[in-house]
Amino acid sequence: MEEIITQLSNFIAAKILKQPKRVIAAAEPLISSGLIDSFSLMDISLFVEDTFGVRIEDTELNADTFDSLEQLAKLIMARQ
Amino acid sequence: MTTLAHLIHKNYQTQPQKTAVVLQHAGKDDLPISYHDLVSGSARYANLYASAGIQPGEVAVLILQHGADLVFAFWGAILHGAIPSIMTFLTEKLSPERYRADLSALIAVTQPAAIVTYPEFESDVRSALKDGDTVREVLLTSQLEAESDPEFDQLSGLTRPPEEIVLLQHSSGTTGLQKGVALSHRAVLNQLEAYTRALALTEADVLVSWLPLYHDMGLIAGFLMPILSGNTLVLLSPFDWVRAPYKLFQAVSRYKGTLSWLPNFAYNFCAHKIRERDLEGVDLSSWRVITNCSEPVKWESHQAFYQRFQKYGLRMNALQCSYAMAENVFGVTQTPLATDPVTDEIDRESYINERIAKSPVDGKPTLRMMSSGRALDNTRIRILSEAGFDLPDRVIGEIALQSDCMLTGYYHRPDATEKALRDGWYLTGDYGYTLNGEVFVAGRKKDMIIVGGKNVYPQDLESLAYEVPGIHAGRAVAFGIEDPEAGTEEVVIVAEVDTDDPAERQKIADALRRHISQNSAVALRHAHLVDSKWIVKTSSGKTARSANREKFLQEIERT
Repeated sequence: MEEIITQLSNFIAAKILKQPKRVIAAAEPLISSGLIDSFSLMDISLFVEDTFGVRIEDTELNADTFDSLEQLAKLIMARQ
Repeated sequence: MTTLAHLIHKNYQTQPQKTAVVLQHAGKDDLPISYHDLVSGSARYANLYASAGIQPGEVAVLILQHGADLVFAFWGAILHGAIPSIMTFLTEKLSPERYRADLSALIAVTQPAAIVTYPEFESDVRSALKDGDTVREVLLTSQLEAESDPEFDQLSGLTRPPEEIVLLQHSSGTTGLQKGVALSHRAVLNQLEAYTRALALTEADVLVSWLPLYHDMGLIAGFLMPILSGNTLVLLSPFDWVRAPYKLFQAVSRYKGTLSWLPNFAYNFCAHKIRERDLEGVDLSSWRVITNCSEPVKWESHQAFYQRFQKYGLRMNALQCSYAMAENVFGVTQTPLATDPVTDEIDRESYINERIAKSPVDGKPTLRMMSSGRALDNTRIRILSEAGFDLPDRVIGEIALQSDCMLTGYYHRPDATEKALRDGWYLTGDYGYTLNGEVFVAGRKKDMIIVGGKNVYPQDLESLAYEVPGIHAGRAVAFGIEDPEAGTEEVVIVAEVDTDDPAERQKIADALRRHISQNSAVALRHAHLVDSKWIVKTSSGKTARSANREKFLQEIERT
């Protein structure tokens, strides 16, 4: 779980926020806070599929399905 | 003389069973609406406006999401003779307080008589209303009477003169909402006549669009034009498209789509963010014109798009360009049919420093400009110097235009209207140059930022920045920088702060990012905090956005 969160955090910090040194806390809200905008949701979906082999459907790309790294990591683990 | 109401009435009479709109919604079956059902559904809204006492010529603001109610409420307003204005819907990231403030700003200037929304959104809308403002009715989608055949002699929209204002278009943010572009029936119809000629539009054309209807490209090209011309329109939700861009391609394939409009970033987005499995069996050979419009057009974006989708039958000469703006209803230029947009390789240094598009100099860096096409046959274009004189080919100046489809004015804003028009010419605030009748757009005189096709005013973003604890009024600057990978602009805010503690700065940067996201239509990509005295001011103490952009670019290049 820790490992997945770190990988997700590194990816989001470097590719989406363009602040590679930024650490994202596991419980920090991502979508509802506006930290991740809708144009970046596809990036997360592609990254998760390529890295962890887990599919996230397009209807799941919203804060109801996951809004933090913790929730996203749980979703990934449940589907691996 | 015809009006918009007459045209949809005609489509109702001549081809009632033809599909006017196919609404697509993620996870649901496609919903086809015939011209008969489009007009009867809209007539119910016309009756709702009438029974609520909304007068023809009064404004109705529509706060509705992608779906049948938005379509019917819009055409219902037209059939009633009321002036529809579509406002963006509240999204999950936008703060409700900001949304109410934006709505209040819109109400104050536009002075609508009615707002149309869903029952579950009524209290949010009412909370933005103040004593003494003009809104007399909040009309709900649940208040419609049972469906019956429209009584056309009762519809006051059919008696409106063509010079009357038919609709308002706004861009987003506090500044944009206070400048509604008012368009007459005659202007809209003149635009459509010229634009459909440029496209050689026939009734067999099928339009596929995911563009939002609160934006001119979505409203005019992706909604009014196909419905008034009697075409079939396949309409996706922008919310669904951004999460599943492949749906555009599947829709084109399934409905044999022929025409689409896309902002430049969408070419990059689609080329890079669609999985191969989602394109299985897709056939794009019917797609005859895909128009790149509403933000600077990039040759590289067309190449990336073509290379990705050619194996699905996409034709290179389907990729065209347009320069467009709400003040001309929509299109100003268009690439001549079935030709590739003209490209022009120029010397980069003289482009930047002398504002001239010169031929390349041996060994020096070049830029490849892509033409936005030629002026529509009802529109004339001039390139003007600062002093207002005509400039020759290849010299960059402000683009001015004149046509028979210009705005009536900014609604209730004679001051802004007067500023934008000079001797009957509309000064666009965009820079560009001409070459043998081709128009190349080359930056903006106004400070507007265009992100993913959306216009954003930097002063709105700066005002938001001042609301963040740790950032003082007058000590932040917002601007856009090009992101070649995404094919659009990224928003930057540079703010001076007193603290030099990295952890404190990180906190302020996070708060700034969050505040901009929740209170504007855009995401902040670069929150750049600096020491005091960093921001470049003009001699009169104003913030010089372009000078600050240069300084920022140099600074990030060094790191």
